[in-house]
Amino acid sequence: MASAAETTPKWSRRRRFTWRHVGQGAVPYALVAPVVVVMGAILGYPLYSLVRIALDRYGLTELIQHKGVYIGLKNFDSVLHDSVFWHTLLRTIVFAATNVGLTMVIGTFLALLLVRISTWVRVLLTSGLVLVWSMPPVVAVQVWNWMINSENGVLNYILTELHFGNYFQHNWMQTPLSQLGMVTTLIVWGALPFVVITIYAALSQVPRELVEAAEIDGARSWRVFLDVTVPVITPVLLILTSLSILWDFGVFTQAYLLIGQPHIISANYLMGIYLFEQGYVNANFGVGAAISILMLVIVAAMSVVYVRRMLRIGDVT
Amino acid sequence: MSVRNARRNAWNVVGVAIFVVMIFPVFWMVSTAFKSDDQINALTPTWFPLHPTLEHFRAALAKPYFWDDVKNSVIVVLVTVTIAMVLAFLAAVALSKYRFTGRKLFIVLVIGVQMLPGAGLIIPLYVVLARYHEVNTLTGVILVYLTGVLPFSVWTLRGFILGIPKDLEEAAMVDGSTRLGAFARILLPLVAPGLVATSVFAFITSWNEYVWLSYFLGTSRQTDWGALMAASTLTAIPVVVFFLLIQRRIAFGLTAGAVRG
Repeated sequence: MASAAETTPKWSRRRRFTWRHVGQGAVPYALVAPVVVVMGAILGYPLYSLVRIALDRYGLTELIQHKGVYIGLKNFDSVLHDSVFWHTLLRTIVFAATNVGLTMVIGTFLALLLVRISTWVRVLLTSGLVLVWSMPPVVAVQVWNWMINSENGVLNYILTELHFGNYFQHNWMQTPLSQLGMVTTLIVWGALPFVVITIYAALSQVPRELVEAAEIDGARSWRVFLDVTVPVITPVLLILTSLSILWDFGVFTQAYLLIGQPHIISANYLMGIYLFEQGYVNANFGVGAAISILMLVIVAAMSVVYVRRMLRIGDVT
Repeated sequence: MSVRNARRNAWNVVGVAIFVVMIFPVFWMVSTAFKSDDQINALTPTWFPLHPTLEHFRAALAKPYFWDDVKNSVIVVLVTVTIAMVLAFLAAVALSKYRFTGRKLFIVLVIGVQMLPGAGLIIPLYVVLARYHEVNTLTGVILVYLTGVLPFSVWTLRGFILGIPKDLEEAAMVDGSTRLGAFARILLPLVAPGLVATSVFAFITSWNEYVWLSYFLGTSRQTDWGALMAASTLTAIPVVVFFLLIQRRIAFGLTAGAVRG
């Protein structure tokens, strides 16, 4: 901020009113315009039509005719009076909280571990993480399906061999809880690399002298961690947590493909799946649009912290 | 010293164990792709296929439409990435080098779009594209991916541009060039690596999306695990290769703002 305040006046002080300068003032707008136009065209119009469709009765007939029948807030009314919506919302919140909690705790632990291990292990572990990071989600889903299949899945074999109990032909997809549990393992596994590598990058910004000085002063290691390390990595942890909340709340691909369309029932709905089933599969686009809007509102409310943080970062420095 | 070493060795063991757990699914995918059907269907797993077979890869490649799919994905991804890079670079320059009214609004727009749950836009996009008969056409797909790729490209490129020392740019301006001239001659060459990294990342994102879509459109549930794992391996290869090439830069670009913020 301080440096920005020093540099900008230099510019404006020199500025005399000539058309050339007016032209220069327009430069940033000209630069930004294409992105705004494209995003406006691709997103603005759909968002507008999202609202329109949400206020319409819009099924397959209307899709073919390209015209809905205005019914006011009836779609919202039916969604908000649907007990499945509230159960799904609650389930999704618990699901997202679990995923984010696990990702952040394990992620922080792994990042701290990376600092403590020998170089060759660190290189090995980071390469592994990067490899995992690069796996397309759809591919990962197929691998999960293959590992946990009940006939001869390798997971059951390993658990049985390690004497965790008899998992011979154990069906991991039996109850909604275990289904979502498996989705959680898949998501946490896939999310860890980004989180670990980012936190590790933040940890490397912790001034070594500070840690050493604190240690010489006789501070215990967890005190050093709390007083020196945590403040430095807190901004990064905050951003990662809010990003993870947003991602995990909106999970669709992994859950839908891992559980599998035939096994999708209201007892294992997440918000993304509920929306998809109601709006797209049942071809009730009006209701689907209403659910989308409710979801967008919830996400927007959750992301206020993140956006404010990014705005601070986004200031010209 | 020895206590310290012992402790480090203990952490090393933990590190290796975690590596094994994390990497196992990837290993299992590749290893399955090379196994014979007998080994795949056996109750006792074979860890390493000692007599690797290529039959599953052959089967995956011989599938009808495989090469059509590849061609389409390459077209979609290339067009998307090219458009996204040009537009995002311009906007990133504006964000990192200018203060202007509406700047905050623009940042909120970019971040906001990035956070929209994809599922939330499926319905309007579908309805809108249906109206213009663009569902399942390449143009429609490109338009949709552009929204997915643009926001983070703007944000990441901004990080790269900020990483360029201010002195260089000021030196160019003292030489009498205009601001735009300074950008073109000084900024562009310096930011080129960042541009490459971001476009590869955009490539990966849209490639992953495309894979998602093609799986999604053909939802028959196969249990030919060998062929499936071979296809999965083939799908992952371009992503992995590109990702390994740019990973360091992209991690920097993504975190530069956050860490310095």
